[in-house]
Amino acid sequence: MIKLSKAFENKKAFIAFLTAGDPDLETTEKLIYSMAENGVDLIEIGIPFSDPIAEGTVIQEADLRALENGTTTEKIFDMVERIRPNVSIPLVFMTYCNVIFGYGTDRFVQRCQQIGIDGLIVPDVPYEEKAELQPYCKKYGLELVSLVAPTSKDRIKKIAADAEGFLYIVSSLGVTGVRSEIKTDIGEIVELARAASDIPCAVGFGISTPEQASAMCEKADGIIIGSAIVRIIAKYGRDSIAPVTEYIRSIADSVHK
Amino acid sequence: MSKGRFGIHGGQYIPETLMNAVNDLEKAYEYYKNDEQFNRELTELYNEYAGRPSLLYYAEKMTKDLGGAKIYLKREDLNHTGSHKVNNALGQALLAKKMGKTRLIAETGAGQHGVATATVAALMGMECEIYMGKVDCERQALNVYRMELLGAKVHPVTSGTMTLKDAVNETFREWVSRIDDTHYVLGSVMGPHPFPTIVRDFQAVISREIKSQILEKEGRLPDAVIACVGGGSNAIGAFYNFIEDKGVRLIGCEAAGLGVDNPKNAATMANGRLGIFHGMKSYFCQDEFGQIAPVYSISAGLDYPGIGPEHAYLKDSGRAEYVPVTDEEAVNAFEYLSRTEGIIPAIESSHAVAYAMKLAPAMPNDKIIVINISGRGDKDVAAIARYRGVDIHD
Repeated sequence: MIKLSKAFENKKAFIAFLTAGDPDLETTEKLIYSMAENGVDLIEIGIPFSDPIAEGTVIQEADLRALENGTTTEKIFDMVERIRPNVSIPLVFMTYCNVIFGYGTDRFVQRCQQIGIDGLIVPDVPYEEKAELQPYCKKYGLELVSLVAPTSKDRIKKIAADAEGFLYIVSSLGVTGVRSEIKTDIGEIVELARAASDIPCAVGFGISTPEQASAMCEKADGIIIGSAIVRIIAKYGRDSIAPVTEYIRSIADSVHK
Repeated sequence: MSKGRFGIHGGQYIPETLMNAVNDLEKAYEYYKNDEQFNRELTELYNEYAGRPSLLYYAEKMTKDLGGAKIYLKREDLNHTGSHKVNNALGQALLAKKMGKTRLIAETGAGQHGVATATVAALMGMECEIYMGKVDCERQALNVYRMELLGAKVHPVTSGTMTLKDAVNETFREWVSRIDDTHYVLGSVMGPHPFPTIVRDFQAVISREIKSQILEKEGRLPDAVIACVGGGSNAIGAFYNFIEDKGVRLIGCEAAGLGVDNPKNAATMANGRLGIFHGMKSYFCQDEFGQIAPVYSISAGLDYPGIGPEHAYLKDSGRAEYVPVTDEEAVNAFEYLSRTEGIIPAIESSHAVAYAMKLAPAMPNDKIIVINISGRGDKDVAAIARYRGVDIHD
């Protein structure tokens, strides 16, 4: 197991997301290698779900494409198992609770441990329902990432105090997707979190440009980019490795400058 | 175990962004449910606006024709807006208003909940936006126009299977985007706590009335109460005040579409397994990897891959029974009740009528069955005509 905090060691962290199996698992594999080699510090591998209620249209459609071409949790496990020996940065799964529960939570998390997945991000499991996953994560040594949102207010302290890996700050109201402007006072959320814990804070939802990335890195310990990457994959399909790599480099440069 | 549990079911499996919204809703509801003024206003709306109490009608011709148990129909179809959905819409809109919300959003399947929400929004001077699967917009076009007439904006949902589950997804996505002034009027006894409890309490007026009406007419409780279940709001409303009366059989009729063994069905209790979706732990139709299954029913209102957590618990505890009813059986019942009693039931409610038609003849004639006619069938006439191959220009 690699600690998720490794992504934040001596630098700001660039966390990248992609949907496994979009357009196919072979391309996902190549994209993961490219991300790891081109400045990404932690990769969120999305296991597609039929009904991803926290996602905007870009990731919804990616999930659908992946499921339609026959991607399953089992095949994603096999892909990760294959690539893990060649990738040294932390890898986490991002998925919805029923994907884990439906597979059998104990069996799912055990399999994560076996193939070298270091943590889980599950947007429909809030603080109150952590008992659904946390005991299994503890048992198998995975870190369960907690999220805070602009509406969290009085909840931030207790969530941060109990968080593992890094704290995922949802930048804006709404679902995932590219935004031209992020209006939330991220600095204030980070401050509240820091009062309760020294856990690294990464901001996600809506970030797409190098300018946004470096602005957010001034307030937090790292940034998460999903939809902007998935949008390139949607456009170029199996030929997306070059354009994704180019995009990743531009973000990595602004995060690590 | 977290809040809002029915046995192992229920809970609050939702994004963090919504947690304070559901916590605020819970606090407001805990306060207002015991507030005299709130209850007085709600009762006045029920009685003076929605036309409650609804009739408990002795279906004499149907009883004699089937030749078994005595059949009563709880006429929720006679409510203003034509279904039981108005009970919940009035309650939640009043609650939202007290909380200072000015905008209502809701999902709808058949359109009955959308119409009820649009209606109360018009009455209370609130903004209203309804999310409805594109497939459902097409099969219930009349209800789309009704909602627009009432001043609501209807968003056809084009994601996923374009039916009720996708409409719920989209309404959650909208709520996450705009919380401050907006209340999500969830239409069934599902979703995260406190919705299953709030909706149940507002619908429990159905069984409260059935109980006093049947005691007045028959001097005793019924032997069975039958209702259709999608998410399960009319059923829980019809069951709730009988749960402690162990002699009353509670029977939920779920949509078996083309048959429980055919992939085209929505029979969650027959085919689903335990899962976590739409904010709750309950039974869901899903594949081996937890992907939610595309379901099917002729009835847009029952075309849902899950069921409310309290029903899941009533099933686990054995207190209620759940039976599958096919499209064909429901359509036959739709036509039967129309011809026999001059009452055109909603295709959803027709699932309950269909099961009663099997059950009643097998019971002695000193037994009593109550069927909850959750809605009226005007909205379904065009679809039934299509089903029968009749071309009417609607």
